[in-house]
Amino acid sequence: MDPIIRVEDLEKHFGDLQVLRGVSLDVEPGEVIVIFGRSGSGKSTLLRCVNFLEEPTGGCIEVDGVRMEAARHVLRARREQVRQIRMKAGMVFQDFNLFPHLSVIENLIEAPCVVKKESKGEAREFGLQLLDKVGLAEKADEYPIRLSGGQKQRVAIARALCMRPKIMLFDEPTSALDPELVAEVLEVMRDLAKEGMTMMVVTHEMGFAREVASRMVFLHEGKVLEEGKPADLISGARDERTRRFLEAVL
Amino acid sequence: MAGVGATMGRVRDRVEAGSSGMPFRVKLGLVYTGIAILLILVFFWFQFDIAFMREWGPFILGGIPLTLAICFGGIALAMVLALFGALGRLSKSAVARGIANFYVSFVRGTPLVVQILFIYFALPQLAFKPSSPTFLQTIFIFPVAFAAILALGINYGAYMTEIFRAGIQAVGGGQIEAAHALGMTDAQTTRRVVLPQAVRVIIPPTGNEFIAMLKDSALIGIAASGVELFGRAQNTGLGQNRPFEALALAAMVYWLLTSIFSFFQKRLENRISRGHVRIEGGGH
Repeated sequence: MDPIIRVEDLEKHFGDLQVLRGVSLDVEPGEVIVIFGRSGSGKSTLLRCVNFLEEPTGGCIEVDGVRMEAARHVLRARREQVRQIRMKAGMVFQDFNLFPHLSVIENLIEAPCVVKKESKGEAREFGLQLLDKVGLAEKADEYPIRLSGGQKQRVAIARALCMRPKIMLFDEPTSALDPELVAEVLEVMRDLAKEGMTMMVVTHEMGFAREVASRMVFLHEGKVLEEGKPADLISGARDERTRRFLEAVL
Repeated sequence: MAGVGATMGRVRDRVEAGSSGMPFRVKLGLVYTGIAILLILVFFWFQFDIAFMREWGPFILGGIPLTLAICFGGIALAMVLALFGALGRLSKSAVARGIANFYVSFVRGTPLVVQILFIYFALPQLAFKPSSPTFLQTIFIFPVAFAAILALGINYGAYMTEIFRAGIQAVGGGQIEAAHALGMTDAQTTRRVVLPQAVRVIIPPTGNEFIAMLKDSALIGIAASGVELFGRAQNTGLGQNRPFEALALAAMVYWLLTSIFSFFQKRLENRISRGHVRIEGGGH
């Protein structure tokens, strides 16, 4: 099968600081890739390059057939291509970023209505299904400020799913949560993986990775140091630095 | 002098000791009463002319509707200009930012009274040039109320650009990223995500600007006398040789109007700061 995400020699500089130093990674449809590594290793930047919240400064990214070389200038045509990619790639942020002026269901149907011009009725119906799926059907008309962190993140996941994406990007989705709220979010992600959603997840939740990930990728100083199946990597990392990191987080 | 100071000190001590059981609000009430009595004395001192007031008061007060109309029109125009000014100053486009920067810098760097006179008196010069086609007369010659709205709107729009900019910038970067990640364009993000949230921050200071404009609208009286509140007061006051009566009346009316609007502005501000009040319906 052709990979749905293809990252080739990806580089990202912030001014003089080089965060990604040639990352290559293919993701097959239905794979769950867990990206892990020290703070500053570039894992979030890698994820944010996939939907172009960060513009790569070198290399190439292909998402579901849309191929994008790194570009010096972001012109209108490129912005449109980026938008096509973003409509296929849902993103979940560490600090939720729900729209506080909209109710839960309005958060969900905002993008389908505004971006895909779906009718409100149609979007709402699908949105309510998704809320039911993440266990928050009764919160549809609540405002985000009234939700717990775990509930917010589940709404954020439903909001991304409401655009019917082909892949889902998770940027440390449980890092801002109180410990007792982590499980409910991971549960939703686990269900999503079971349904065959292609996922790239930046997380330190090694239990989740062991259980759900098809592959784990260890980033170190902007490079893929090691990758493999969770069982192999967690118990038998080849590189000393991967082993030391795993010891610290397990 | 030292003796006087000591006497004053003793008086103060005695007043403080004697009034120590009195609630602060009562003390404040006494002070206000004293000020009111002093003001009434001032009115007597000027030999406040009741007959003049009876004759000309209604004419002066008749300027209130126009003053209010000018200010409502002015603030509406200012809000539109401030929105575009703020979006321009935050724009990635050099053209938009250049124009917005010039607008803010030029308007804030010149006196309001000059701007009013410029719009009311200088622009018609173009219309009256012998070579000018006649339709220019309809473009460059304004009725005074329209010129006033234009001048106040343009002037306040420049100041309010900074208010609107701060409001827009107060919306977190995460909000913009979330909207972008969902596939929204910059324009959709601004319209659907940023502005509805910025409104919360923008509305209270805009209320303050409106109240300030209420007072600045008196400058219209410099360009055209006998039209709005201050112009009418000045006109009749000087004409009838009763400037105190006329100006005192105008001052009282401005004070009353600003107090009323301040009251509502405070309430609005409290409502907004209390949190999740929906200013703009989500539209669904």
